[in-house]
Formats: sequence, structure tokens, C-alpha cells
Amino acid sequence: MKWEVVIGLEVHVQLNTATKIFSGTSTAFGAEPNTQASAVELAFPGVLPVLNKAVVEKAIRLGLALGSKINQKNVFARKNYFYPDLPKGYQISQMELPIVEGGALPILVGEEEKLVKLTRAHMEEDAGKSLHEDFSGMTGIDLNRAGTPLLEVVSEPDMRSPEEAVAYARALHSLVMWLGICDGNMQEGSFRVDANVSVRPFGQQEFGTRREIKNLNSFRFLEQAIKYEIQWQIDTLEDGGRVEQATVLFDPDSGETRMMRSKEDAHDYRYFPDPDLLPVRIADEQIERIRSEMPELPAAMKARFVEAFGVSSYDAALLTGSRATAEYFEAVAQASGQGKLAANWVNGEIAARLNREGKDIGDCPISAERLTGLIQRIADNTLSSKLAKQVFDALWESDLSADAIIERDGLKQVSDVGAIEKMVEEAIAANPKAVEEYRAGKEKALNALAGQVMKASKGKANPAQVQDILKQKLA
Amino acid sequence: MTNATLKQLSQQLAAGEVSSVELATHYLDRIEALNPQLNAFITVDRARTLADAAAADAARAAGQAGLLTGVPMVHKDIFCQQGWKTSCGSKMLDNFISPYSAHVVEQCHAAGLVTLGRANMDEFAMGSSNENSYYGAVKNPWDLNAIPGGSSGGSAAAVAARLTPVATATDTGGSIRQPASHCGVTGIKPTYGVVSRYGMVAYASSLDQGGPIAQAAEDCALMLNVMAGFDERDSTSLERAREDYTRELNQPLSGLRVGLPREYFAAGLDADVAKVIEDAVAELKKQGAQVVEISLPNTELSIPAYYVIAPAEASTNLSRYDGVRYGHRAAEYKDLVDMYEKTRAEGFGAEVKRRILVGSYVLSHGYYDAYYLKAQKIRRLIANDFKAAFEQCDVILGPVAPTAAFNIGEKSGDPVQMYLSDIYTLSVNLAGLPGMSVPAGFDRRGRPVGLQIIGNYFGEAKMLNVAHQFQLATDWHTRAPAL
Repeated sequence: MKWEVVIGLEVHVQLNTATKIFSGTSTAFGAEPNTQASAVELAFPGVLPVLNKAVVEKAIRLGLALGSKINQKNVFARKNYFYPDLPKGYQISQMELPIVEGGALPILVGEEEKLVKLTRAHMEEDAGKSLHEDFSGMTGIDLNRAGTPLLEVVSEPDMRSPEEAVAYARALHSLVMWLGICDGNMQEGSFRVDANVSVRPFGQQEFGTRREIKNLNSFRFLEQAIKYEIQWQIDTLEDGGRVEQATVLFDPDSGETRMMRSKEDAHDYRYFPDPDLLPVRIADEQIERIRSEMPELPAAMKARFVEAFGVSSYDAALLTGSRATAEYFEAVAQASGQGKLAANWVNGEIAARLNREGKDIGDCPISAERLTGLIQRIADNTLSSKLAKQVFDALWESDLSADAIIERDGLKQVSDVGAIEKMVEEAIAANPKAVEEYRAGKEKALNALAGQVMKASKGKANPAQVQDILKQKLA
Repeated sequence: MTNATLKQLSQQLAAGEVSSVELATHYLDRIEALNPQLNAFITVDRARTLADAAAADAARAAGQAGLLTGVPMVHKDIFCQQGWKTSCGSKMLDNFISPYSAHVVEQCHAAGLVTLGRANMDEFAMGSSNENSYYGAVKNPWDLNAIPGGSSGGSAAAVAARLTPVATATDTGGSIRQPASHCGVTGIKPTYGVVSRYGMVAYASSLDQGGPIAQAAEDCALMLNVMAGFDERDSTSLERAREDYTRELNQPLSGLRVGLPREYFAAGLDADVAKVIEDAVAELKKQGAQVVEISLPNTELSIPAYYVIAPAEASTNLSRYDGVRYGHRAAEYKDLVDMYEKTRAEGFGAEVKRRILVGSYVLSHGYYDAYYLKAQKIRRLIANDFKAAFEQCDVILGPVAPTAAFNIGEKSGDPVQMYLSDIYTLSVNLAGLPGMSVPAGFDRRGRPVGLQIIGNYFGEAKMLNVAHQFQLATDWHTRAPAL
């Protein structure tokens, strides 16, 4: 039987506010356990939550970027359950009337674009952490993370493959960083994904029974977990078994998912409006102000790059993968007037080198200004592509400008016709066999001769000119 | 000194007739002598109190005294007070020394008031008789067989027995007014949002409101000046200009429109109580007030609505008492769930458990609409009743409770009977209105009866005016029990 995969994602986006969602306690990561937990996070008797307004602002930003409806009346609800890292015994979240409803996010799968619809995004507080490893027979509780603001972004079950799910997660990841509302640090848990996965026979209308894979904190694990889960569900069904609704965990060591709790164990969270917090009203003016402060969004920027710089749609999509990359590219393209060259270098050498060194564009040792210097020398034929690569490596290792490197290393391309003619004549004289072959119709022999000229010029001769002059002399 | 009011003590201190240390010593001695019979206190700390009193005297000597500097007072054990045990009447918090102070406590401290001790109360403010305290029942100073009312029974009994001139209290369904009525003292619950709930251990967040209990309305006005005010740490605290609650005390009552809700004088009201209220109304009429008959048709529904909403909120407010971070933890347990279960089974008393169970039930999947949501709708109807009533009158008068104080043990086996006695106080909390109780007489057994005054939103100054004018013409509030 042919199976269709259905995936919906719930992403917990940690908002990068300076203080917690319901107290003035710092949210900085990595402090000593329980040093960033005030009486509010510890849930002492009598403490009360006060909403951090920056959380609302950041949530609205995401809603506007996704074309969603912003609910102007927001209600916080208590989600009740007992766990040691949840000190109040309830999480303050939103149930009815979440801040963001609807909207869609474009994703790129291969070269194909697809729209994934959003169900909702709501504001809530994070729980603390239970540390099981370091305490034999006991569990440690670190409440530093408790009360960190989260936006839980819930998609529709619109994805049909692990690749689409990863593409969606990446697009959302890049968007929240683009908007400046999340630091995107997945290792520190700033962006955590739950995947709802089901399969159904092709053509069937109803969804299959889903299982939810919790807390995936890398794109690689997301892909591995979904792939494993799909295969497990298909095998189970094809063996005549049934998939029961459940929450599962992914074990990166074994590459398998395993059951955490079944539907029967599901909590009754007893949601009700939190009487400690008044409904949050969002005025039209506030939404309009935030809209006016929004950065240009990736989709708009992508279209503009195609239009203004003549880059391909695919290149433009890569360039707008992050706001920092897009801004870097635009600075180079503007200053050099060479959009396509700039796109090739940013998506090519720069991306490859950054990737190899595990850096991102913010850590790129070559500033946009210095890359512009290089591209200008390529455009005016001072540098061959081979020399350009050499200059690029030198730029990466030093603070010098491209011109200074060219000067220092004598890397200027030789375009002087007289000098090239002289080298060409020498090569013809020294390689009679190649000359003979070429004249006999073997086109490849010309490359051997050109190679000799390039060698003689230490790579500095303009390759196009060498070809032309060789052809003239042998004609 | 024993019967002096807050105002008189403040004048004596200002005139140098007495020092704060002398006052504190006087009250501490009285507490030591009389509290064993009354059980109105959970914590007394003589050394600490005397140190605070000495500091108040020093401030006065340095010319830094305010109106109430050096006056002794008592805090209900529900207000977190830095360095003091804040038990909330529960075994669960028997070992809890608060690391911080409630807004109300901070305000009292800033005004120079000196804490004599911490008043007994029903566990987590759940109760109408003060029989639900882990520290034992409080006795009514007028009759040691009678309950003092609850949940602020310790505060009311302490003021009635003249163990303190004033005490803080809280009112979620009548917990200031009913004990004030039963103990023959004056208490006011302000409009919801006037007194910050920050640091006040939560029972039912949308209903809880702090206020003072004292001998006289004038003292309550002075205390409210200290306790009220915007606090950004409580999202439900109202951002309003500070007001002087004494400003209308001396206005004559001529032309005042007094509403008498017919539902408050129907079947179930004790004849003695009815007579006391009639006499009080007659006194106000004598002073020029006009009486208007009004109707609050949904009064009866306040009992089921309250006993859904308050337990619902309480059931989750009390989830934090899990034995993990502070408070009681069971000595032996085999795993996490066992620790939770044993800790909470041991730490909470029967009434608290009952309300947690009821509250969890009404919020549970499939029952939420039928109970919680329905109760919220009733709540709106009740508020609308008052809105309509206040178009016809300036204040509403009635009894606080159907009877004077009942005997200890009389209703403790029958929670529903206990809940029904809250009929005249609950709707004020559900509507968020201010209400007060003023001593107005005694029943045939010599137990005090209070007159309830209900005001419109932010009508505290007007209510205090009515109460003060009543007290200028009567002496019920000056009578003290023989102990």
C-alpha cells in the first residue's frame, strides 16, 4: 500500500526579552542553578504575576509577519498539572483567544515553494528544568528557566514529508531571528519542536491516528525522528497493528522514538482564565505602530533582490535565509554594482567557508566592504577567478583590503597583449606536438597550450585573452 | 489605655503621654494574660515587638513621626511579613518564615505601626467560624462558647478583647464583616482592587480583598489610608489617586438615600438580628436618611456561585503547596507522586481539602461549562442587581449574618449549613463592591450583632461617613466584653 504522511509542528519559540514574562527577573542563559529565580518563579505564597509588555510586542511582530489575525482581547489561562519544575502547579498560558490566529509561512522544498498554514500562536511561560543526571537517586530542580517567555506556534497538519517539516522549521527559525524576537539558539533550547506525525493510505480523507514527538532541539533530530516514526507507523499498520494516540520521545543515541505516555494518561489540565491577570487589550494604534517598525520581510526582500540585482529566484531565496545574510549581500551588491557576482560569492565561497568553520554570517571575517573590494577587481578583470580565490583566502586570514593583497602578492592579472603574445609564442615554440594535434582538429590540445601559458604567467594571465591570442596565432 | 481607639492612642503618643514601648508592653501583657482563653494569636514575639516599638519611639524623638507612628497593631496570619512565620492557619506553612513582606505590611511598617503579633484564622481563609485553624478554634470574647466568626476570627476577637487597637484582615466571602459583626467591632472590606493583594496568601484571587478591623469607623478610615493604594506588583490593583478616607466622616446624613433589600429581611433572618437592624435604620432615619425599599433578586444564587468560583480558584492557588520548595513535606515517601499525596494529605485540613476537591471537579473537562462558566454568568447578574439598586440609593443596609455567633461545634459537622450563613455577605465579593460591619446591638444571649453597610464602587468614604455618624449617636462600638 502507498502511504501518505501528515505532519503538523508545534514550536516553542523562546522570546529574547531581558526579563521574564511575569516578573522582573533576568532571563540570561547559563547562570548558576536557581540564581535567576525570584519569589515569583519560586511560587512563594502571596506572589503575583505581572505581564512583561515586551512579550506582547514580540508576539504581534510574528503575527504580522505571518499575515495572521491579531486578537485584540487576550486572556491568560492556567494550565494545571503537578511537576516539580512547575512551582505554581500550573503554567500560565493562553487557551481561548490566543494572541495570533491563522496566517501562513512560505517554505522552500528543493526548488519548490509551498505555503504552510498556521493555526495559532500563544504566549506562555516556560517551566524550570529537572536535572536527572547529576544526582544519584534524586532529581535536581533548576528554576532559572521558569517564567522565560515562550510563543508556542502551532501549524496546521500541512506537511507531507520530513523534508517539508524541516523546511518549515527552518523557515520559522529564520523568521523569528529575522524579526529579532528569538536568539534562535537551539542548543540552549530557544527553539524547540514537537512534531505530530500520522500516516494514512493515499487518497483517504480522514487523518490517521497521530503520535506526538516531543522536544526536538535540532533540525537533524527532527528529520531523523520523523523518518523513524513514519517507518514505525507504516510497519505497525502493515503488520496488522494499530497506532494508538501517544506522546513519544526521540532518543538520538538509538535513533528511535519511544512511548512517554498514552492517551489514557493524558492530563485534564483544567484550563480556566487566570484571575491574577486582567485581559490584555491591544489597541489598533499599537498594532499599526509595530507594523510601521517591522523590518522588510524575507519574501519582499527576495522579490526585490530578483528585481533589483537580477539574481535568480533560487539564489534570492538562499540570500534571504537570514536577515544578516541578506543585509550582507545587499551591502556588497549595492556597493559593487555586481548583483550576480555578489550572490555567487555570498552563496558560494562565503557560505561554504562559514559552514566549514561552523560560523555564521555575523562572525564572517570578511566584511561586506572588503568583499566588495574583491568583487570590483573581478569585475574589472584585474583578477581571474583563480586569482580571486587566492585573494579571497588572504582576505579571510588578514584585515587587508583586496587591493592591498593584490599589491603585496603581485597578483594582478596580466592583460597586456604584448606580454601575453610573447608567452603564447614561447608556448607554441616549445610544444610542437600540441600545435600539430590542434591543427589536426583536436580542440582539446588548445587547453594544454593555454595551460602552459598560464603556468608561465604564474596564473596571472587573463585566461580569456590567452585563448583568443592562441587561436589567432594558430589560425 | 485598654479601651482607647487608634485615634486616641495616636494623640496620646503625639502628646508624649505614653511611649510606644509602654503601649506595646501594655498590649503584650494583655495578650499574655487573655490569649490562652481566646487563642486569637498564632505568633507573638515580645522581643521583636519591643524592638520595633523602641525604634518608633526613636523616630518620634528624632521628629520623624507620622500620624500612626508607634501605634501597635496585629496582622492576620495571611499577610506575608518578612522574618515572621506566615502560616495562614495551616500545618502546610507551619514552618514558613516569609522572606518578604506583603504590600499591606510594607505600608503599615512605613507608617510606623508596630506589630504585636499574628492573628489566628481559618486555614487559608476558608471558613466562617474560625474552627478550621491548624492552631485550634478562636473563642468569641463575648462568650467563650461561641465562634468569633471567620475567617478573620483572630483579628476580630483580638480587637474585641482589646488585645490590639486594630488588626488587618481579609474578606473573600465575608471574612472581615462576619467576624466583626460576631465580635462587636467595626470592619471594612474595600472595593476589589483598592488594597494590593501582593503578599497576601491567595485563597480566591478574584474575590480576596484586604481591609482593617478596629473599634470604630474613624479608626478604619485611618487604617485604610495606610493600607490602600496602587501597587504595580498586583495586576488587579487599581491605579487611582490616593484618597483620604476620613474626608467625609463628619458630613450630616440628611438626604442620604438608604436602600433596604427585601431579600435580606426574608425568611431565615433571626428575629433579634432583624430588630437590631430595624433600630439601626430608625437611628439613621432620625438623622435625616430616607429609606428606599430595593430588590437584589439573585441574592440566593450567590451561595452556589460563590461555592463554585472560590473553590475553583483555590484549587489551583493551593497547588504550589507541594512540599518541593518550602512548607510541610511528608517525612517518608516512595516516589514523587507519593510525596505529593502524603504531603498534601498531612498538610491540609478537611475544609481546605473539600474546597480543593470541589474546585478541581468544577474545572474538570466536561463540567466546566455547567459549573464554572454558569457561576460566572450568575456573578454578572448579581453585579447587575447592585447596579440597578444603586440607581435608587446611596448605600445599602442590612444584616451581616442571619444570626449572631453560633456555638463552637454547632455547624462544623455540616458544611452546607455553614455555607448558608454567608448569604448576606457573598454577593458583595462577587460584585467587587465595598462592604462593612458596624456594631449595632446584641441578641437575647448577649452576642453582638453588626449592621452591614454596602457601598457603590469606591464608596468607602461615604460608608465610613454613615458608620461614623451612627457611632456618634450610639455606643455599641465602645462596649467591651468582660474578660
